[in-house]
Amino acid sequence: MDTLLSSLSNANFQWVLVGSLLLGFASGVIGSFVLLKKQSLISDAMAHAALPGVCIMFLIFEVKSIPILLIGAAITSFLATQAIQFIINKSRIKTDAAIGIIISVFFGFGIVLLTYIQQNSTGSQAGLDTFIFGQAASLVKSDVQLITGGAFLLVLISMLFFKEFKLTLFDPQFAKGIGLPVSFLNGLMLFLVVAIVVIGIQMVGVILIAALLITPPLAARYWTERLGVMAILAGIFGAISGVLGAVISTTIVGLPTGPVIVLSASFIFFISLLFGKKKGLVIRRVRQA
Amino acid sequence: MHALHVSDLTVSYDKKPVLEDVSFSIPNGSITGIIGPNGAGKSTLIKSILRLIPSITGEVKVYGEPYAQQKKLIGYVPQRSEVDWDFPTNALDVVLMGRYRHIGIFKRAKKAEITWARECLQKVGMLGYAERQISQLSGGQQQRVFLARALAQDAMVYFMDEPFSGVDAATERAIIQLMKNWKQEGKTVIVVHHDLQTVEDYFDHVLLLNKQLVDFGETPKVFTLENLEKTYGGKIAFLQKTPSTEKEHHAHGHLAFESE
Ligand SMILES: Nc1ncnc2c1ncn2[C@@H]1O[C@H](COP(=O)(O)OP(=O)(O)O)[C@@H](O)[C@H]1O
Ligand SMILES: [Mg+2]
Repeated sequence: MDTLLSSLSNANFQWVLVGSLLLGFASGVIGSFVLLKKQSLISDAMAHAALPGVCIMFLIFEVKSIPILLIGAAITSFLATQAIQFIINKSRIKTDAAIGIIISVFFGFGIVLLTYIQQNSTGSQAGLDTFIFGQAASLVKSDVQLITGGAFLLVLISMLFFKEFKLTLFDPQFAKGIGLPVSFLNGLMLFLVVAIVVIGIQMVGVILIAALLITPPLAARYWTERLGVMAILAGIFGAISGVLGAVISTTIVGLPTGPVIVLSASFIFFISLLFGKKKGLVIRRVRQA
Repeated sequence: MHALHVSDLTVSYDKKPVLEDVSFSIPNGSITGIIGPNGAGKSTLIKSILRLIPSITGEVKVYGEPYAQQKKLIGYVPQRSEVDWDFPTNALDVVLMGRYRHIGIFKRAKKAEITWARECLQKVGMLGYAERQISQLSGGQQQRVFLARALAQDAMVYFMDEPFSGVDAATERAIIQLMKNWKQEGKTVIVVHHDLQTVEDYFDHVLLLNKQLVDFGETPKVFTLENLEKTYGGKIAFLQKTPSTEKEHHAHGHLAFESE
C-alpha cells in the first residue's frame, strides 16, 4: 500500500497512468472495428510480427531509441499483413493457416534476434525483452508522451471516420456504390491497428496486445447492440484494464504489465459474459425461466 | 431516352471469363428482370455496372453520361446474404446509410435526415421496427430494411439483386408495389430474378443472360420457350402446359428451372 501511495505521487507514474488509460481506451475503440472486420487473428499476427522489427532496428542503429525501434515494429508488422495476403492469394492455404505460419515465422525470427542481442550487446542486455510482455515501469516520460499523443490521435481518427467505418464494415459493396473511398478506409483501419500495436507494445508486449484489442469489444458486445455504444464501452473497459495493469505491475516489482492488463480485461469479459444485458448467460437463464 | 446503356461489357475473375461482350440499353421508366441460371453472371453484371468489381472492357452510361458522373442517380439493393446481420446496429441506422452521401463525410446525421429515414421505413411498413436490432428481424423484414435504405437514397435508377429470395408473401407484394411506384415516378428498376413463373407479371422488359446476353427486350417478345432453352441449356421443364404456350410456342408463367 505504501509503495502504491508513493508511486501515485511520483510524477513519472502519473504520466504512466494517463498513458495506460488512453492506450486502453484507443485499443478498445479500434478493437471494435477489428472484431467486426473478423480480423482478430490477423491483428495477433501483426502484434507478434512487431518483435523482429524492433530487434532489427536495434541491430542496425545500436541504440535503444524508442521511435526508431517502433518504426521497425511498424514495418515488420505491416509486412506480416502483406505476407498473409500474398499466401492466401497465391496458394491454396486457408486464411487461418496462413496466419499461423506468419506468426510462427516472424515471432520465431524475433526471438532468435532477441537472444542474439542479449548475448552480444555491451553491458547489460538492451532491455528489449520488455517488448515481449510489456513493462509499464520501464517507460520514461518521452515514451509515455508518445503513447498518450498517439492514442489520442488514433481515437480522434476513429471518431472522425466513424460513420464511414461503420458502413464499410457492415456493407462494403453498398459503401462503394454510394462512392465512399472503401480501399482508403480499409487502409486507414489497417493503419489504426498497426499504430496501436506499435505504440502499445512497450506497455503491453507483442504477445498480449491483440488480447487488449479484442477482449474489451467482446465484453462490450454483451451490453449493447449499437456500434457507437459498443466502441465507447470497449474503450472504457480497455482504459480500466490499462490502468489496473499499470498500477498493479508497478506496485509489485518484477511483474510484467501486459499479463495484468489482459487478466483485468478477461475479468471484465467474464462478468459481461455472465451478467451482460444483451446476451449474458444469467439474463438468458432468467428469461427462459 | 435510355436510362442505362451498357456496351461490350466483359468481366472475368482470375482470368476466368464470367461475362462476355454484354450490350443493352434499358429505356427510362421501365422494370427489367435479369434472368438466367445460377452462376450465369447476373450478380456480376450488376456489380460491374456499379463499378464494385473491375471490368476488362465495357462502357456504362446513365442518361447518356458516363457512369462516374452519375453515381448519385443510382440506388442499390444488394443480395441480403451478402452482409452480416449480426452486426451491432438497428433498422433505422441501416436506412440512414442510404443518406451518407447527402450527410457528407465527418458529419453526423441531422434531424431532417433521421425524419426522412423514418418515412422510408414507414413506406415499407417497418416504422414499428426502427430501433430493432437487425438480427432480430425476419428475412422479409431485413429485405424491407434494405428497400427502405434504397428509398432513402432517392435515386433514379435502382438495381436489386434477388430481392424476392427467402421473403414472405407480404414482403413480396410490398416490393412489387414499391417497384410500381418507382416506375410511375419515372424511375427505372433493374431486378435480378430467378422465379420464372412470375416474370411475365412483374417485368415489362427481360434480359436473358448466361455468360453472354441471350436476348433483351419487351417481355412478350423475349420471354419465349426457345430463348429460355438457349439460356438454361435445355434444362427447362414444363410444370403445366397451357394452350397459349403450346400454340404460340411462348412460355407463359408455367415454367420451372430444373436444378440438378
Ligand atoms: N468473387 C468471385 N471470385 C471468383 N469467382 C466468382 C466470384 N463471384 C462470382 N464468381 C463466379 O462467377 C460466376 C458468376 O457468378 P454470379 O455473378 O454470382 O452468378 P449469379 O448471380 O448469376 O448466380 C460464377 O461461376 C461464380 O462462381
Ligand atoms: Mg447472384
